[in-house]
Amino acid sequence: MELDPLLLSRLQFAFVVSFHAIFPVFTIGLASYIALLHGLYYRTDNPVWDRLAAFWTRVFAVVFGMGVVSGIVMSFQFGTNWSHFSHAAANFLGPMLSYEVVTAFFLEAAFLGVLLFGRGKVPQGVHLFAALMVALGTFISSFWILSANSWMQTPTGVELRDGFFHITSWSEAIFNPSFAYRFWHMVLASFLTGGFVVAGVSAWYLLIERDVEANRRALSMCLWLLLVLAPTQAVVGDFHGLNTLEHQPVKVAAMEGNWERSAHVPLLLFALPDREAQDNHLEVGIPSLASLILAHDPAGEVPGISEVPPEEQPVVWLVFWSFRVMVGLGVLMIGVALAGAWLRRGGRVYTHRGYLQLLRAMSVAPFVAVLAGWIVTETGRAPWLVYGQMTQAQGLTPSLTGGMALFTLVGYVAVYAVVFWAGLHYLTKVVRDGMLPEAETPTLPGDVERAMRPLSASHVPFDDDAATDARS
Amino acid sequence: MELFDLSLIWALIIGFGVIMYVLMDGFDLGLGILYPFAPDEQARDIMMNSVAPVWDGNETWLVLGGAGLLGAFPLVYAVFLPALYIGVFLMLAGLIFRGIAFEFRFKSRGNRRWWNRAFCWGSAVAAFAQGAVVGSYIQGFPVEDMAYVGGPLDWLTPFTVLTGLGLMAGYALLGATWLILKSEGGVQAWAYRITPPLLALVLAVFAIISLWTPFVNEAVWHRWFDRIQVIWLLPLLALGCAYTLYRAVRLRREGQPFVATLGLFIFTYLGLVVSKWPVIVPPDYTIWEAASAPESQLFLLLGVLFVIPIVLAYTAWTYWVFRGKVRPGDGYH
Repeated sequence: MELDPLLLSRLQFAFVVSFHAIFPVFTIGLASYIALLHGLYYRTDNPVWDRLAAFWTRVFAVVFGMGVVSGIVMSFQFGTNWSHFSHAAANFLGPMLSYEVVTAFFLEAAFLGVLLFGRGKVPQGVHLFAALMVALGTFISSFWILSANSWMQTPTGVELRDGFFHITSWSEAIFNPSFAYRFWHMVLASFLTGGFVVAGVSAWYLLIERDVEANRRALSMCLWLLLVLAPTQAVVGDFHGLNTLEHQPVKVAAMEGNWERSAHVPLLLFALPDREAQDNHLEVGIPSLASLILAHDPAGEVPGISEVPPEEQPVVWLVFWSFRVMVGLGVLMIGVALAGAWLRRGGRVYTHRGYLQLLRAMSVAPFVAVLAGWIVTETGRAPWLVYGQMTQAQGLTPSLTGGMALFTLVGYVAVYAVVFWAGLHYLTKVVRDGMLPEAETPTLPGDVERAMRPLSASHVPFDDDAATDARS
Repeated sequence: MELFDLSLIWALIIGFGVIMYVLMDGFDLGLGILYPFAPDEQARDIMMNSVAPVWDGNETWLVLGGAGLLGAFPLVYAVFLPALYIGVFLMLAGLIFRGIAFEFRFKSRGNRRWWNRAFCWGSAVAAFAQGAVVGSYIQGFPVEDMAYVGGPLDWLTPFTVLTGLGLMAGYALLGATWLILKSEGGVQAWAYRITPPLLALVLAVFAIISLWTPFVNEAVWHRWFDRIQVIWLLPLLALGCAYTLYRAVRLRREGQPFVATLGLFIFTYLGLVVSKWPVIVPPDYTIWEAASAPESQLFLLLGVLFVIPIVLAYTAWTYWVFRGKVRPGDGYH
């Protein structure tokens, strides 16, 4: 069998970027939540907020550390596998990606240390300021990355001369047409991720009756936030979809599983898209609803996939089903948030074991939804790397062979499996030992605490032997 | 109209970043390489504690360099990374393993042996890969139409294997002299003992590389041997550093060996730079041909000029706070 370097490189990039993305998606939301907790503590002086902030800062440190480690590979991947694209788009892409790095380093050097290690050592106001700056920094970092990605979806502000993209307008390139939608969609996704994880962990602590006062407050606050954020995300997602309809109609057609441009298009709940037949099997749909959503008119026209020749079509089933996973989970999140509001009557939300178990399970949902959403937008752009201007095949490293790509794909999967195992194992420990009265928390004394090694903010032992040492 | 030669400024920044990385990550990679040879577990604790506060910032320079190259000299990025595809993977895998080993070793007891191994192997592989990168830079790359056209393992030749091993030895020397500075008693005595043989090894490898290089690459031959010029001062200064190091170890000086090793590295590095200057993608492309558009270089320069002083200040502050000897029982118990 011939190994296809293009397919393998795409798989590798998808794997590395998905693996990396789950960490920042969580830390962006969590950073804002921690800043909020610091703000509440500053205003009310209630030690509950301080306890919560201290615990979630430890979690933040571990996840941030994992994000940094998995991110190192990202800054080299563009060159190893997509050298032609990197070279051609470097005038824009280089500064964008570098500014992300610059932002991250500035943040680490200046504020992360104060946030992670400053508890009790710096005045409360300074600690709050550091928390706010770290939260702001996570937004600025995602600003650069999402701008670069959006530019690849809707390239503006550049002209292609002799095979190289040259900037004609920085503002048009940075604030390209899909950027604002993608940015806010992603910010809300991060907030939802942070919210559901905090809600899930708080629910678990309530189930085992640990620090009930603090965790009730945390859960209550999260559920209010989710009640606002989850429906807002549906609205923002709709705007994002309309923007995509304008700039990348084929992607929207694939999301809807609509092959021919037509009116009264149904919203498909189930279908098996078939690219060979250029049609779907086993369709189940709600009549005219897709037209209503996309054109705000039941008789509105929806573009079809077959408007472009088959070689310019994305892998329809993948786009179609990933979109359904994302939207399905989004609807579920709205439902869970509404159920929480309902259960507030009589305070049952804190004691209803079934609901608390559901919240525990839901902490995974936003991660899956985010990855599904990225699969929709990235594979839905195929075969384009820079939409309408450069295909993935053109961007590939010319000297890359299938064997090389397979070697590194297997290698990265193996490396990340170890990293992920160690990280998850450790994170589980941190959560299991979290929110205990401080005297009972097992910690190893005195690892040197450094901002650029965020994991050093947590002194929870890694294995049981060390935990025994620490307790004795 | 151009007020500044942006490509030149960027070459200086990247060149500065590279040597900062080599010097700073060099000694902690070197400690990883020396790890299995340490006399006992307590010595290993001291070795790791001596770099724990500072190694974090060291890899900053690597990431900044990678991103900076894409922004300022995309041709370098687009030729080196494909040409060194397998080597880059090995280096990154090594750095990741040693990174997590570093974090979790502190928090482990029973699994500590495994983290020790990950730390050692990760450091050794990363150091070797970096040395091989230097070797392939000296060799040059087959490039057509601004794209690499060679095979996946062209970078792995007897010459690059030698440069890889040479850099491993060099990093080990940096690590040993750092340990002299930061430790005392038995650990320091061990570090004193291994320094002269390591120095001999480094000098031998450097000598072979220096004699071999003009044959690997003709342009380098002309640069050095067409006429005697000031650049011959660089190898002389490097040799002077080697002698200073040898003498300092015999006199049991504590700080001088490390400083002398830094000097040895800096003058060797400058020697390499003048061998190639201004070619950045050998054999053909100069820094001006490899550059991105001036407006992109300028746009990025603003941010980098802002952040470099902050990173430097943070780094200096860290070294200052954690100055002095590391003693057994420091850090954790």
